[in-house]
Amino acid sequence: MIYLDHAATTYTDEAVLKEMLPYYSEVYGNASSLHAEGRKATAAVDQSRERVARALGCKKNEVYFTSGGTESDNWAIRGVAYAKKEKGKHIITSKIEHHAVLHTVEQLEKEGFSVTYLDVDEYGTVSPESVAAAIRPDTVLVTVMAANNEVGTLQPIKEIAQICKERGVLMHTDAVQAIGAVPINVQELGVDLLSLSGHKFYGPKGIGVLYVRSGVRLQRFMLGGAQERSMRGGTSNTPGIVGLGFAIEKAVNEMEENNAHVTALRDRFIAAVTERIPYCRLNGHPQSRLPNNANFSFQYVEGESILLSLDFEDICVSSGSACTSGSLEPSHVLLAMGMPEELAHGSIRFTFGKRNTVADVDKTVDVLQNALQRLRAMSPLFPG
Amino acid sequence: MYNEKVLENFRNPQNVGEIPDADGVGTVGNASCGDIMQIFLKIENGIVVDAKFKTFGCGAAVATSSMATQMIIGKPIEEVEKVTNRAVVEALEGLPPQKIHCSVLAEEAIKKALEDYRSKKAAE
Repeated sequence: MIYLDHAATTYTDEAVLKEMLPYYSEVYGNASSLHAEGRKATAAVDQSRERVARALGCKKNEVYFTSGGTESDNWAIRGVAYAKKEKGKHIITSKIEHHAVLHTVEQLEKEGFSVTYLDVDEYGTVSPESVAAAIRPDTVLVTVMAANNEVGTLQPIKEIAQICKERGVLMHTDAVQAIGAVPINVQELGVDLLSLSGHKFYGPKGIGVLYVRSGVRLQRFMLGGAQERSMRGGTSNTPGIVGLGFAIEKAVNEMEENNAHVTALRDRFIAAVTERIPYCRLNGHPQSRLPNNANFSFQYVEGESILLSLDFEDICVSSGSACTSGSLEPSHVLLAMGMPEELAHGSIRFTFGKRNTVADVDKTVDVLQNALQRLRAMSPLFPG
Repeated sequence: MYNEKVLENFRNPQNVGEIPDADGVGTVGNASCGDIMQIFLKIENGIVVDAKFKTFGCGAAVATSSMATQMIIGKPIEEVEKVTNRAVVEALEGLPPQKIHCSVLAEEAIKKALEDYRSKKAAE
């Protein structure tokens, strides 16, 4: 199997898994319990919070554990919107956000909030100027992702956060794809809220973090017990928290080495595809992109049929966003970048990871070339 | 999501290609929706003696084209006319709900090819 879908999820690193395992059936106390078993879990959760804080450059009490990126996005946006609704009900986001953000702001629109969806350029970049121009007296939140999950384009978060700070508006970023791929320090970036998810950097699934700068008022989201300083009810997912803390530390420590590996594979892939496969184009920003991401549009063919053809050869890729599969609409990200629908339908995302090899890249290019020849021969659009 | 029969028809589609001197050609769908299906018919003495297709589309679009052409070869026009999308889905042993529209395209492409055949004939 050749797995080239690391933006969808990564495997859990063996060292991470090893850290987690004792917290299932040995140290299984509830981190909220007062007894010794509970205190052991509390200590583990605490240590993990410390690791996350170090990785992000923030304080421990600014780190809230959640069930993942989606919950963090939901909480950040709704939490700010509801807490600030007396001040204003306007939110700014971009057209290329993950559905965890887009569907949340769409719901808020139904509840009487107004939302501005910023355009992006052909590379999928949000311009800080467009943010500045969209801010109104009643704007309470700007939410723009750090790196796009489909095309990998990095966003000018620091510049946008600076504008938000000057204008007295809170700034949230969905950094789910960026952690472990680009340096993320919340102080340097100047963001007020940040979402991340464990399973995108070789940590476990079902665990995430919302960073909330101290002093930011946020409405509670998950009601229940007094966990997470009474801000997020629910028994602490100790194994998940331990895994995330260990994984983020490892990801940050090994970032340079990992990036060198995946970038070399990615660039080899891009060069080979561009050279050997006609009628294709690389989507996203040519330089300012995630080190492991290559997203291509292949003219005259439809993405799912490419995906299936690769799947027959045990190669795992994704067509557009994995979340979009099952829907017939082409990727909202590619359309926002101005791509014609026909071309957007023929787009495939390849995201490389730590275990991938040069042989994986070469095999994939061979299979891809054959698949495209076959599918194009079948296509009524192909000029031949 | 797809069953083995659908996957097999995608992996080894039957009747791919064009018929240069086709008696009827039907093209349906559009690229912006992600599906275009083109069916070519060779008709002799009221019988579809050959059918070929070209399709731009997802796995289901290719599989339904393959199955639909297999179902009509050797059949008289009157029977071919009655091939419904449902029959194509049944022959494929089912399709995911969001892919049923591909089978509708197959039915429409066949009907359009027959229309084309009739108008050509009327013009003779």
